[in-house]
Amino acid sequence: MSKKDNTIPESEETIEKEYSILNLGPTHPATHGIFQNILKMDGEIIHEAEPTVGYIHRAFEKLAERRPYNQITPITDRLNYCSSPINNMGWHMTVEKLIGCTVPKRVDYMRVIIMELARIADHLVCNSVIGVDTGAMTGFLYIFQWREKIYDIYEGICGARLTTNIGRIGGFEREWSKDVWDKIHNFLKEYPKALKEFSNLLERNKIFMDRTVNCGPISAKMALEYSFTGPNLRAAGVDYDVRVATPYSSYQDFDFIIPIGTAGDTYDRFMVRQEEMWQSLKIIEQAIKNMPKDQPFHADLPEFYLPPKEEVYNNMEALIYHFKIVMGETEVPKGEVYHCVEGGNGELGFYLVSDGGRTPYRLHFRRPCFIYYQAYSEMVKGIMLSDAIITMSSMNVIAGELDA
Amino acid sequence: MNEELFKKVNEKISAKFPDAIEASDLAYDFPSYTIKKDNIHEVLEFLKNDEELNFHFLTDLTGFQTADEKQLGVIYHLHNMPKNYRVRIRTYFDINKPEIPTATDIWPGANWMERETFDFYGVRFKGHPKLKRILNVDEMDIFPMRKEYPLEDQARDDKDDKMFGR
Repeated sequence: MSKKDNTIPESEETIEKEYSILNLGPTHPATHGIFQNILKMDGEIIHEAEPTVGYIHRAFEKLAERRPYNQITPITDRLNYCSSPINNMGWHMTVEKLIGCTVPKRVDYMRVIIMELARIADHLVCNSVIGVDTGAMTGFLYIFQWREKIYDIYEGICGARLTTNIGRIGGFEREWSKDVWDKIHNFLKEYPKALKEFSNLLERNKIFMDRTVNCGPISAKMALEYSFTGPNLRAAGVDYDVRVATPYSSYQDFDFIIPIGTAGDTYDRFMVRQEEMWQSLKIIEQAIKNMPKDQPFHADLPEFYLPPKEEVYNNMEALIYHFKIVMGETEVPKGEVYHCVEGGNGELGFYLVSDGGRTPYRLHFRRPCFIYYQAYSEMVKGIMLSDAIITMSSMNVIAGELDA
Repeated sequence: MNEELFKKVNEKISAKFPDAIEASDLAYDFPSYTIKKDNIHEVLEFLKNDEELNFHFLTDLTGFQTADEKQLGVIYHLHNMPKNYRVRIRTYFDINKPEIPTATDIWPGANWMERETFDFYGVRFKGHPKLKRILNVDEMDIFPMRKEYPLEDQARDDKDDKMFGR
């Protein structure tokens, strides 16, 4: 063979490869939030992605340094706004840990019910949106009414729907009404049917599987290195769940399994969330069945828990505590605590340092979204743009949690 | 509950790096160690690679400012998932010379957490692949979480912002 055969023809040598730059976001319907990705495209293949975040940064950590403890709850709502009750409860439990308060078992169980409802609402949004991004609008429109029903339950408990500010440090604001219980029972009865239909629609659907299987996969090793938690880590095959590893709010009493995937791709993430909804329903059923009777709905914690309004008018202690709580003059011990709960997206941590003042000295939110979104540019390298979109929606990146 | 772990980590670090530990405590049942700034990188590396402890997971990394406003700190929360060990590692350094080696070579996930810490506290992580602001605008020239930048005084009345309904 002559030498000439191996050399590249001259004409091709002169062709320079150029990438086109594409801005995905900051406002784009497919990103489900305000964040930008500057993509370097080779045709339809992503060569490099450069995420820019921080478009809805609201300085929560700084704000928290001026607010008394009970006024921080509304801030936590706005982290992962698809499952605000989990954030609220996580914060209440952090403060309870700091002040060394134990709540009645009944409160734990009521919290479990609310947190699992919130998890269902969170996963339901995420999974139906994966459907929308693959072109299946029906599932989304159909299943969304069930999120509405969950919001009705929140509304019956605390009066709010999206940013709930649910519960208090020490328990719940009031006893749940019969109406709320009816709604919960009704939900438990009706939702499995809807979820089954939703599963039938997508789980073994050829078009859906072709789009999602092997799309945006991440290995367990890489997921761990990038500090993934929650459904995204479990989809990669690591059975880490805060509810089981470090049980809080009496999760050790409940019998449930941790679903895991194998490939860590979009389909696995979808399936893990799907199964977690079934498990959540199971947990709620157990919580209702084993709910302790004749226990109060809040701890005896006068320094933090607002007294009933009638008592404020007629009882001096109640008036003093009411004043102190509203003005944020309650004393807290010095200390440093880390408390984590299993949020909709993974380990939601609260690192709280108190110097004994009325406000936290330092409060840091460990936001699972923020931490795992950094792997996104790695995950979409070399895949198609349309696959990058569903990879992002299957990771459930929530802008509020991302930017804090 | 975690006393055993507390002692074990303490012994292991002091055996390998004598006088690296400045202080340690077990408040709220969470083993915490304050490590000298000069040793921080090798201690973290040791904690990850030690066969028994194997803190393979970086749960959290964040900044901190001490109450005298003269020192900055970085707080690491490490986790060993199979054994469910958790420890907190702190390190403090002078606010005028906020330099510390990066942990991105140990845990790639430290990347954005360090960028966030730089963004808010101005801690310079030496060896970080791309240390620039992440949540705040690039043009910002202060480090907003430092205590020298307080939030606006809520009682001020010299502002004319009728338009904003105050």
